[in-house]
Amino acid sequence: MNPMPPPQLRTPLAAPPHPVLTRGGWATVTFVAYLLFVLVPALNLLVPEGHAFHLSDYFVTLAAKIMCYAIVALAMDLIWGYTGILSLGHGLFFALGGYMMGMYLMRSIGTEGVYHSQLPDFMVFLDWKAYPWYWSFTDHFAYALLLVVAVPGLLALVFGYFAFRSRIKGVYFSIITQALSYAFMLLFFRNDTGFGGNNGFTDFKRILGYPIATPTTRMALFVATGALLLAAFLLGRAIVTSRLGRVLTAIRDAESRVMFCGYNPLHYKLFIWTLSAVLCGIAGALYVPQVGIINPGEMSPANSIEIAIWTAVGGRGTLVGPILGAFIVNGAKSWFTVAFPEFWLFFLGLLFILVTLFLPQGVIGLLRRGGWRRP
Amino acid sequence: MQRRIVLKRLALSAALAAAGLTATVPVHAADTIKVGVLHSLSGTMAISETVLKDVTLMAIDEINAKGGVLGKKLEPVVVDPASNWPLFAEKARQLLTQDKVAVVFGCWTSVSRKSVLPVFEELNGLLFYPVQYEGEELSKNVFYTGAAPNQQAIPAVEYLMSKEGGGAKRWVLLGTDYVYPRTTNKILRAFLKSKGVADKDIDEKYTPFGHADYQTIVADIKKFAAGGKTAVVSTINGDSNVPFYKELGNQGLKATDVPVVAFSVGEEELRGVDTKPLVGHLAAWNYFMSLKNPANDAFKKQWADYAKAKKLPGADKPLTNDPMEAAYVGIHMWKQAVEKAKSTDVDKVIVAMAGQKFNAPDGFEIKMDEKNHHLWKPVFIGEVQANGQFNVVWKTKGPVRAQPWSQYIEGNDKKKDEPEKK
Amino acid sequence: MPTMPTLAATVRRTLTIAAVALAAALAPGVACPAPKLPSALVSDLALGENDARVSAIGALAATGSEAALDLLQALQDGEVQTAGDTVLRVRNGRATDAVTGEAVVPLPPSRDDVVPNNRVRRELAAAIAALKLASPDRATRLAAAQALQSGADEEMLPAIERALAGEQDPAIKALLTLTRATVQLGSPDRAKRIAAIRALADSRDANTRMLLLPLVEKKGAEFAEPDSDLRAEAELSLRAIEGRLATGEMVGRIFSGVSLGSVLLLAALGLAITYGLMGVINMAHGELMMIGAYATYVVQNLFRSQLPGAFDWYLVAAVPAAFAAAALVGMALERSVIRFLYGRPLETLLATWGISLILIQSMRTLFGAQNVQVENPAWMSGGIHLFSNLVLPWNRIVIIGFAAAVVVSIAALLTRTRLGLFVRGVTQNRPMASCLGVPTGRVDTYAFGLGSGIAGLAGCALSQIGNVGPDLGQSYIVDSFMVVVLGGVGQLAGTVYAAMGLGIVNKFLEAWSGAVLAKIAVLVFIIVFIQKRPQGLFALKGRMADG
Repeated sequence: MNPMPPPQLRTPLAAPPHPVLTRGGWATVTFVAYLLFVLVPALNLLVPEGHAFHLSDYFVTLAAKIMCYAIVALAMDLIWGYTGILSLGHGLFFALGGYMMGMYLMRSIGTEGVYHSQLPDFMVFLDWKAYPWYWSFTDHFAYALLLVVAVPGLLALVFGYFAFRSRIKGVYFSIITQALSYAFMLLFFRNDTGFGGNNGFTDFKRILGYPIATPTTRMALFVATGALLLAAFLLGRAIVTSRLGRVLTAIRDAESRVMFCGYNPLHYKLFIWTLSAVLCGIAGALYVPQVGIINPGEMSPANSIEIAIWTAVGGRGTLVGPILGAFIVNGAKSWFTVAFPEFWLFFLGLLFILVTLFLPQGVIGLLRRGGWRRP
Repeated sequence: MQRRIVLKRLALSAALAAAGLTATVPVHAADTIKVGVLHSLSGTMAISETVLKDVTLMAIDEINAKGGVLGKKLEPVVVDPASNWPLFAEKARQLLTQDKVAVVFGCWTSVSRKSVLPVFEELNGLLFYPVQYEGEELSKNVFYTGAAPNQQAIPAVEYLMSKEGGGAKRWVLLGTDYVYPRTTNKILRAFLKSKGVADKDIDEKYTPFGHADYQTIVADIKKFAAGGKTAVVSTINGDSNVPFYKELGNQGLKATDVPVVAFSVGEEELRGVDTKPLVGHLAAWNYFMSLKNPANDAFKKQWADYAKAKKLPGADKPLTNDPMEAAYVGIHMWKQAVEKAKSTDVDKVIVAMAGQKFNAPDGFEIKMDEKNHHLWKPVFIGEVQANGQFNVVWKTKGPVRAQPWSQYIEGNDKKKDEPEKK
Repeated sequence: MPTMPTLAATVRRTLTIAAVALAAALAPGVACPAPKLPSALVSDLALGENDARVSAIGALAATGSEAALDLLQALQDGEVQTAGDTVLRVRNGRATDAVTGEAVVPLPPSRDDVVPNNRVRRELAAAIAALKLASPDRATRLAAAQALQSGADEEMLPAIERALAGEQDPAIKALLTLTRATVQLGSPDRAKRIAAIRALADSRDANTRMLLLPLVEKKGAEFAEPDSDLRAEAELSLRAIEGRLATGEMVGRIFSGVSLGSVLLLAALGLAITYGLMGVINMAHGELMMIGAYATYVVQNLFRSQLPGAFDWYLVAAVPAAFAAAALVGMALERSVIRFLYGRPLETLLATWGISLILIQSMRTLFGAQNVQVENPAWMSGGIHLFSNLVLPWNRIVIIGFAAAVVVSIAALLTRTRLGLFVRGVTQNRPMASCLGVPTGRVDTYAFGLGSGIAGLAGCALSQIGNVGPDLGQSYIVDSFMVVVLGGVGQLAGTVYAAMGLGIVNKFLEAWSGAVLAKIAVLVFIIVFIQKRPQGLFALKGRMADG
């Protein structure tokens, strides 16, 4: 029932230790950093609108949104591509991070809501007179940041501890994470839960005192997202090239043997699982101020499946792959929904089938096969 | 060597991403006016919204056939936000900044409207929203051509309280758990209380989205109804209505015993239902397909012809409904306003929209309010007939003014009846 | 608001009633070939305001004549039309004058339907029932007596008394006695009231409770009913009725649990085969159900256009059609996509997700994004009236039976046939089965086809209780995976227990906590349960270390 992973994915345990990045890799990272932190801001803010080199706000928000997705795909790759555990609950962690940030943003609206109340509009309309306990202190940015990390992290820690201790794996794990995500979605859809029900949180006005819908704020968020993406990538590299990373790969390929070698897989799995959830949470927190809405729909099982698909399309077991996958799938989606509004689902569906059938290593695998192999 | 490879790889990925991002280079033709159509064509809301896209395209064809607006043809830009709320905001920004549309017709759910609203306000765009909704909102950049609660919910409840409507004493307020039913029920509860109905005679219930098993709920309604003449006010959302009505029929709850009045069930929703067991249940709308007047006859014929010509699914049984009429009225009013303003400039059009009049298929010359961006609308109450149409049993004498800020919600008395930001 | 009928109109009507009643009395039992009804009443009925209509209905009912019954029945069936001031009865394109009964040829070109509203329809039903009490046919009388239970008022008392006097049948008599009691509850005569309260203790109608409740309620410090004997009697009767209602409620809850369970079971059974036995995570399973539902829709339409006479039996053809359509699509998928992914279950998840997107969009393109109408055949509508407050709907019963039949036949197929043997063999040990000459490739295709076909059957069943639209499958996919995992992968019996258990637990929780929390509680329960027993309720014995 739990078959061997395809041989291509195996990384030999005895491989010589890798550096975190090669010199070429560092050069690329530097180049990307230049792109994200200098070129894009300059082209967007300094080059006047209408100029051929002007980057539109639309491009910036879209790219920032996809970068958030790329972080999630990266997190998914750590747990799925490297450790062999497919989670269908990453949409949940992403959304929880988003909701935690959303609470802060809602409180920053102050009395500028429709009802000019201290409370968010949806609470006014449910006739609530005070914030429920879990909203306490969320008006402090630092505390909100703590929640962004702690809530998805703790949930993952507790859930993971029990699941991994019972040695639930493979498809079972995927399905109970899906159940978890689905249960949370239903919970958040309830208006009485206190998170705005189906409408979720919208109509944010400012972040850290800065108005949220200005080009500068938008660019600041873009840069922050880019920085996080780079950091997540480097962290991922550091993990997968370390001894820890190799134990993870070993767990993926033959968990029993790892146990017989005297390792307790529980700790390793739990670490990478929690880390992955925290990364998702942070990505969600950056996502919400940029798209301007968070709602329980983000927790739907379909979203989590899509995250897995970005990773698979890009290429599992490589860290660049998922980032690429997130850009390809979401870029294609953005384009298809405008160019072929009636038929885009056909293309998207076909893309998933073809990638799974013919590109088990994703686009990265294709690129490597086409002569782009590492020396 | 290595560096070149990495750079090459990077260039390729950048190219791939760019293909996705910038493929829609706006080609600005001066002889057309672009209008955006922002309705979900896939995902959960496609069931309701697809037809609105079609009726909008039909109205655009009609306007173009008569020479367009200001001598220019309208060019629709159809996008699919896929029932995904963040995608709605992204597409709205794209329509306004990339395609530079003059106006957008779109949205169905409140959450999609809430999601695009900041974008329209930031970029000073113009949105026409064609669906009945909960009110409690008034934006300078939006024209609401659907009903506010006072144009739908309250007349329906008044009717059910009357002798003609059965003189209901107890009320089940049943809805899907989201903002429209919540607000509507809040308003209705306050209204019922003002009419002397006690709290114990009101039962408010919510079901999750896509709820498909109404056995328990219908049994509960039956139990509640044993305590006195009961009526059910249903704000159940689109898809869940079919199982709900099927269960009503199953458990033998007839309209003569416990009438159900619905605010989200129209001709299109009944398309998927065997209506024979439902005869007599009610709906309150501002338009029914069964209305008899020349404007409606023309509208119905136009739609039937269009559906046939475009080979739309369901063209063998073309149906019109309230949101379709609202969408149709919206685009025509926008055209008139543009002609009055002699410009598609948003601010000028907003000014010109005030007091705009149109001979609507509901049989009245309806007017866009001078101040509050909502339409004056007549209210009809119809009973379901065996053929899936509605028999109008009650109607207002003429169009009623919308109250987006319901007087039954605390604090609204201080609200101004016009957009705050001018 | 329509105005109250004027005094003059009332007098006129009373006179006409008297005249008609006289005429009826003078010619008893003589069936008039051309019945004549008072034209004032008829035109009130068809053209008047609703108040006038209601009094006309009462007056017509009081005549007790065949012709009145006939006209009221026609109005109920939507066969009454007006052309100007003339009231017509139009049936099958032929019109007769409602007053004289003479044929009207040719049909007037512009006619308006007379459509009663709820209030008029309620009066109409009661009046028709009262008139039918005089019918010689027992079944008609019984139906009429039942209908009268929830619509009798004082005007009907004479008719009821008359019927009671002449009635021999005990069942009808009991019903009528109850109905009379509900009317007499408000009588000024104390003895009559006490008798009525006692009689009502036997009532099986939930509405009776609401008649009796005011008698025992307090208004301020005082009892609403000053007479203490009366109150005591009412208490006794109420207790008897409430006991019956509670039983009904409990049975109803179990029934709805079983019925939800059987829906879950049907949805999960196909998955139990494709996932449980073959290890394919088929995210397109829900879409195969949708295909079954659309197949049902197509068959229904064919029957409607080709064989309208046999419409009620379209399901007989739809069941195999739904199975075949889904099975064919499933087999095609297996051949073209899934067979390349055996042994990589997580990747089947991705590919089948893509397939499901394509299938959904195809249906949208073919049939439109809106729901399509699938009608219940007549024999499936209505239900068994088990308790006063409990109707067991036929379509639910049929689905429960259908689910049972599907389970039995699958079990038989897997354990009794050669194909079943092969499927089990391949599941347990593929290389060994292959060595023994089992054509494993073909067995996979058939097994996947079987699983898909069952999904099609589920779709056919679902079409009878819910929406048929492109999104039909999406709402069941999570639930069906839960059922399979909870039941234990590879186990049909486990699937059955899990589905029934979840259905019943869900329904009991729902009554207590509402639909959303019930669902959440069930999901949490599954998550916790899997921690305890990762193999589900029923685990296959003798697993390898790495499962």
